[in-house]
Amino acid sequence: MKHTYRYILSISFLLLIASQSIQAQVDSTLFKRVRPSVTRDSLLNMDAQYERPFLSINKTPVAIGGYVEANWQNISKEGVSDGHQFQFRRFTLFTSATISQRIKFLAELEFEDGTREIALEFAAVDFEFDPLLNFRGGIVVNPIGAFNQNHDGPKWEFTDRPIASTEMLPATWSTAGFGLYGKKNLQDWTLGYEAYLTSGFDRLIIENDQGRTSLPASKENPDRFEINESGAIFTTGKLAIKNHKIGELGISHMGGVYNKHFEEGEHVDIKRRVDAFALDFNTEIPHWGTQLITEAAWVRVDVPKTYSQQFGTKQFGGFVDIVQPIVKGRILGWDDATLNLALRSEFVDWNKDTFKETSESIGDELWSFMPAISFRPAPQTVLRFNYRFQKERDLFRNPAERTDGFSFGISSYF
Amino acid sequence: MKLKNVFIIAALVTAGVLPLACERIFPDAPADETLLDGPMEGLTHGEYQQFNRGDFLFNDLVFTPETGLGPIFVATSCGACHPGDGKGHPFTSFIRFGQDDGTGNKYLDQGAPQLQHRAIPGYEPEKLPEGAPHTTLIAPAVTGLGFLDLVPDEDLLAMAEANKSNEDGVRGRPNWINLPSYVKPRANAIQDDQGRYIGRFGFKGSVYDLLQQTVDALNQDIGITSIYNPVDPYSLLEVEPEIAATDIHDMVFYLKTLKAPIQRNVNDSQIQEGKAIFAQIGCESCHKETLKTGKSPIAALSEKEFHPYTDLLLHDLGPEMDDGYTEGSARTSEWRTAPLWGIGLAKDSQGGNMYLMHDGRAKNIDEAIMLHGGEGDYSRQNYSNLPEQEKQKLIRFLESL
Repeated sequence: MKHTYRYILSISFLLLIASQSIQAQVDSTLFKRVRPSVTRDSLLNMDAQYERPFLSINKTPVAIGGYVEANWQNISKEGVSDGHQFQFRRFTLFTSATISQRIKFLAELEFEDGTREIALEFAAVDFEFDPLLNFRGGIVVNPIGAFNQNHDGPKWEFTDRPIASTEMLPATWSTAGFGLYGKKNLQDWTLGYEAYLTSGFDRLIIENDQGRTSLPASKENPDRFEINESGAIFTTGKLAIKNHKIGELGISHMGGVYNKHFEEGEHVDIKRRVDAFALDFNTEIPHWGTQLITEAAWVRVDVPKTYSQQFGTKQFGGFVDIVQPIVKGRILGWDDATLNLALRSEFVDWNKDTFKETSESIGDELWSFMPAISFRPAPQTVLRFNYRFQKERDLFRNPAERTDGFSFGISSYF
Repeated sequence: MKLKNVFIIAALVTAGVLPLACERIFPDAPADETLLDGPMEGLTHGEYQQFNRGDFLFNDLVFTPETGLGPIFVATSCGACHPGDGKGHPFTSFIRFGQDDGTGNKYLDQGAPQLQHRAIPGYEPEKLPEGAPHTTLIAPAVTGLGFLDLVPDEDLLAMAEANKSNEDGVRGRPNWINLPSYVKPRANAIQDDQGRYIGRFGFKGSVYDLLQQTVDALNQDIGITSIYNPVDPYSLLEVEPEIAATDIHDMVFYLKTLKAPIQRNVNDSQIQEGKAIFAQIGCESCHKETLKTGKSPIAALSEKEFHPYTDLLLHDLGPEMDDGYTEGSARTSEWRTAPLWGIGLAKDSQGGNMYLMHDGRAKNIDEAIMLHGGEGDYSRQNYSNLPEQEKQKLIRFLESL
């Protein structure tokens, strides 16, 4: 039933887009690319949803867009490879509509791994009272860290998303709710904030088949946009500050009760909280054009003491991306092309506790280094080639399992 | 063409060619003898498929409250207690309680024989009844169990009989046990005069075969009921099976066909000398180097010699190892001889440390040897009297297993 609902939703979305084309009786060359109306200097990660290369038709108030990601990879775990794998990772459609001058709607529908996973990641109506005060309601992307806000595949030089952002923090994490956001530009500075009241996580974060505390496990709950299991308000807030010469720094928090602590009016458990804190920073070094993108996050979960210690109460993870353009300009006939070298370093510790039995640190941690070459024939399209070197230790900190892998992928807005 | 473009094309071509050679670039898999997991050689394609199904169920399947976990439990998966199919870590140690002689467990109505000291949210874990006899156990390695399963009863009894004339004080006897209704005796199984069969698995040798071991572990460790044991350890009531019988049989097949641990550095002269010392000081009276399997429908297991360093019999290890708890017809100070194969790889499943003996009280091989009292006292004294260099050779030999 749930799948039927998803398919109907997906098909409706596609029909909506198709109807725009049919109505206009145009070919795709008549789509007009909507250029961002602000300079890049004042863009923050929070602008990522609107600052996409939308296409509009004539003077219709609806714009559409999307991106696609496809990969080849060959991954070896402890010297054993499953061979060559060709993957269609992601196909995302987004549409925005100007309902009236200061009321906008934006939605994002994502198909992952073919059609195995279909998710409405964002669908919200925005009311602008002032640039510093906007009201948003619907399915919102919780602004925890930067990657959750700014995760479109074509923006990144790596075929895989950061592990700490997707397997510790639950990017892309969106929930139903309401909130406020706004921005203010002050000469070389831009300030931004977001604050939302939404539904939250559920017991799956500790009652899952991954055998570890996992915020992303809550994404498996198909009812999460309808039923808030804890019945408690979940808060997410982010402050971002950008100096046009130094870079953007974001600090964010999301938290609230995750467990069902009452049933039919009776208290059945104490309120148990989950909290996540994140710091993110990105900058571009002048003259060199080197981009530095980094994010670190801490998760705290109140796990019942009588449950298994394999479900940790503290987690930490993060990543650092360094992207160095080495050739820019006209390349192979493309006028605005770039060839980059890049490196991603990442670390995740899913369980920072210690064993009660031995007082030893619990493992369940991972390191990874991912050098990359990426070629952008145009800013919105990337071909990327990565090598992954990764080591992962189990709960007991036994000898680490080594993963090596090559991957090649394309990703492009359309 | 500009130099820049040549450079770009070269970079892209290199990037395109590299993946074709990736199989050569990737590091080799670790050598077989450095790992405990993996199938034995000689399985048919069908057997290998069943091994893989069992491998997934044993190592990757994590039970949740939705799939039957608990509500009270010790671990959430088989692999949690046997990481990499090796010996467990104190984190998943568990307590058995309620029996101190051969007359049976007196605490079955209070949750015996095993304490489930963890619980899913909303439930309280079990508490050890005051005054109950008990012992703490750490899960053993599970490799090579298919070989141990197939040693004929008559071979076990022959070893016990031969022990009667030992001058070193080593005796050894089988643990005679009653079988649960779902366990079928092996062909040519031998019964005692009370109709009991020889147990050979578990620290006290109180488990008959790998089906019983798997069913008991699923039920008592994870709280999973099955058609074989439908009693929920929390409510003590019969409930619907929480795992399919086919899954259990795949897990049993996996355990049967896990390879035997492979000795390392066999030709090292010190290790060879250590092996000679092992026999010379009497360790082999209980830790028998070589046993042989009987006939099996799995050709790879049928009539094979193997080297587990156990006799699968009970031996009295004296007051040092008497925890006051027992199972089957064993006395509280009696323990089934632990197979020594794989002992050198224990660190790789115990987080870099060693937790040896049944409860992990020995932190290295030397400590473990020195805990052998009773029938093991003769060998312990001999070991104590060895020069340090000889002791190290013996330990190096044991670490090579």
